[in-house]
Amino acid sequence: MTAKPQTLADKIWDAHRVASTAAGSDLIAIDRVFLHERTGASALKSMAAAGRPVRDSRRVFAVMDHIVDTRIGRGDQTLMQGGQAFITETRAAAHAAGITLFDVTDPDQGITHVISPELGIVLPGCTLVAPDSHTCTQGALGALAWGIGSSEAEHAMATGVLRLPRPKTMRVTFTGELPVGVTAKDMALALIAAHGAGGGAGHVVEFAGPAVEALEIEARMTLCNMATEFSAMAGLIAPDAKTYAYLAGRRYAPAAFDGAYWDNLRSDEGAVFDREIIVDAASLKPMVTWGTSPQHAIPIDAPVPQGPQRVHDYIGLAAGERLQGTKIDVAFLGSCTNARLSDLRRAAALIKGRKIAPGIRKALVVPGSGAVKRAAEAEGLDEIFRAAGFEWRESGCSLCFFAGGEAFPAGSRSISSTNRNFEGRQGPGIRTHIASPEVVVASAIAGVIADPRELAGEKA
Amino acid sequence: MTPFTTLTAVAAPLLIDNVDTDAIIPSREMKSTGRTGLAEGLFAPWRYVEGRVPNPDFVLNQDAYAGAQIIAGGSNFGCGSSREHAVWALAEYGIRAIIAPSFAPIFAANCIRNGLLPMVLPAEVVAQIAGQSVAIDLAAQTLSCGGETHSFAIDAEAKAMLLEGLDAIDLTLKFGAAIDAWTQTDRAARPWIYL
Ligand code: SF4
Repeated sequence: MTAKPQTLADKIWDAHRVASTAAGSDLIAIDRVFLHERTGASALKSMAAAGRPVRDSRRVFAVMDHIVDTRIGRGDQTLMQGGQAFITETRAAAHAAGITLFDVTDPDQGITHVISPELGIVLPGCTLVAPDSHTCTQGALGALAWGIGSSEAEHAMATGVLRLPRPKTMRVTFTGELPVGVTAKDMALALIAAHGAGGGAGHVVEFAGPAVEALEIEARMTLCNMATEFSAMAGLIAPDAKTYAYLAGRRYAPAAFDGAYWDNLRSDEGAVFDREIIVDAASLKPMVTWGTSPQHAIPIDAPVPQGPQRVHDYIGLAAGERLQGTKIDVAFLGSCTNARLSDLRRAAALIKGRKIAPGIRKALVVPGSGAVKRAAEAEGLDEIFRAAGFEWRESGCSLCFFAGGEAFPAGSRSISSTNRNFEGRQGPGIRTHIASPEVVVASAIAGVIADPRELAGEKA
Repeated sequence: MTPFTTLTAVAAPLLIDNVDTDAIIPSREMKSTGRTGLAEGLFAPWRYVEGRVPNPDFVLNQDAYAGAQIIAGGSNFGCGSSREHAVWALAEYGIRAIIAPSFAPIFAANCIRNGLLPMVLPAEVVAQIAGQSVAIDLAAQTLSCGGETHSFAIDAEAKAMLLEGLDAIDLTLKFGAAIDAWTQTDRAARPWIYL
């Protein structure tokens, strides 16, 4: 046997290569397409207008997650002005196209990248695209999953393929063992801080190494979620026993995962990546962003470094100031990065029996899916959050981004378990600090950006 | 789609790294499920001050750059949300090319699909040509400015699509037989994919 060792990404690519074009692009078969109401209706409507049917409607899914209201008892009404049209038009377009829709009140509704794995829609070795940049989250199951624009979504639905040049490959190996209180979120932020928000551009990034293997599936999703903040086309993790155990019995998953096909879904020994990065997981600390790009992440106890002046002006923090102890107004635990059951469990354990600081204007927990919400309620996690002063919501993207709904005065400071701290991401003038769920809830309790390890220490 | 062949215009300087699609078109400016009516909201957070009054400091509000067709940008241009609305807004405003040291991949793909040229040039060159009149020749893969000519790389297929204003879906549908044959074989190999 002298077959050339291959990376997992290349194996999936080759297995899906239908043809190559004269100009050197490949036609790659797309196994699954996922739409949401923010961009889905546009794509479906535009296809319908062009008279192009969906090639295989059984492999296209849609969900209402982005601008759907998250307050308990919601319907189609939403806080975003004109938002209801996105919901009703997506519904109509989805029905007309005959695709599967997880509607507002469907028990399976939730954030795209949370419900797709929950339902076994994404599978190891498959290709999945969605007009949403965080589609890379789903690579945690060993799939090649990436975000595209609306035109590409139409292309995938109409033709069953996408045409693109073969991406480059990168392996990020996390060696060692994560310290207590340090999470997958911190791994992602530390990587982006070290190599820049453009560091992974054009690459499919495989996360590997003992610290990645040690992560549970939900935490792997958190890590892969941030691949797009690294400008990578996709992030992925080779499937292992945990992956298959996670997927077993899920609605759209196959009955069994034995056989050579599944065993082969890993990078071969000796496979050559275009780039390799090694990160020592044991040296990581809880990370918080100080600025307006995920690359502006620093260890929680570090001083704010000197960045571009416009960033300091926006965020209202000068070089040398400390994040730790900075007063916050809003605490948000939610999003496709960090709103799965394990995230909520860890956060609840930290704050049990405590109360959020009186100065906090809003503290919100928004489960990533209806299933996460029900499971959390069955364990009493909602009670812990409510008793602490958090609001407990229906699933959706919620405060992860601002579409014109819930607003805070410009200059308000938010600690958020999300993935983007861009200017205005959570509303005009809002200063967002992204961090792990642990940091979010510890900060809500303290009223200032706080190190969860200290809170945990107090409890011990 | 309008083909992109040559273009001579001033490159409006927006030399900020990591310009994200929330800045290019904030979510609140995406008011309908259509692809039009977005130019008004282009760069809204920077372009307007309170009450939608033009911010005189923003590049596109300055006489020299109003109605610009080219933007000279910073690295990782177009990062963030995959919203194609960012490109639709740029195109509707009249932007035909963006020159930057690097682009976020989804944004660059969206540009190609809408007839905008995402041109990659080294940061020093972008800084040097920012604010100047430049002449782009896509077929030759060159940008000329002040007597100097710089070559740029572009994926062959993207180049062909732009030059001819091609619709990618139409092109791909020509591979219909190959796609059908592949699907049939794959259906036997991976039945679990076919729901
Ligand atoms: S939770 Fe945030 S990042 Fe995730 S899909 Fe929703 S808006 Fe996008």
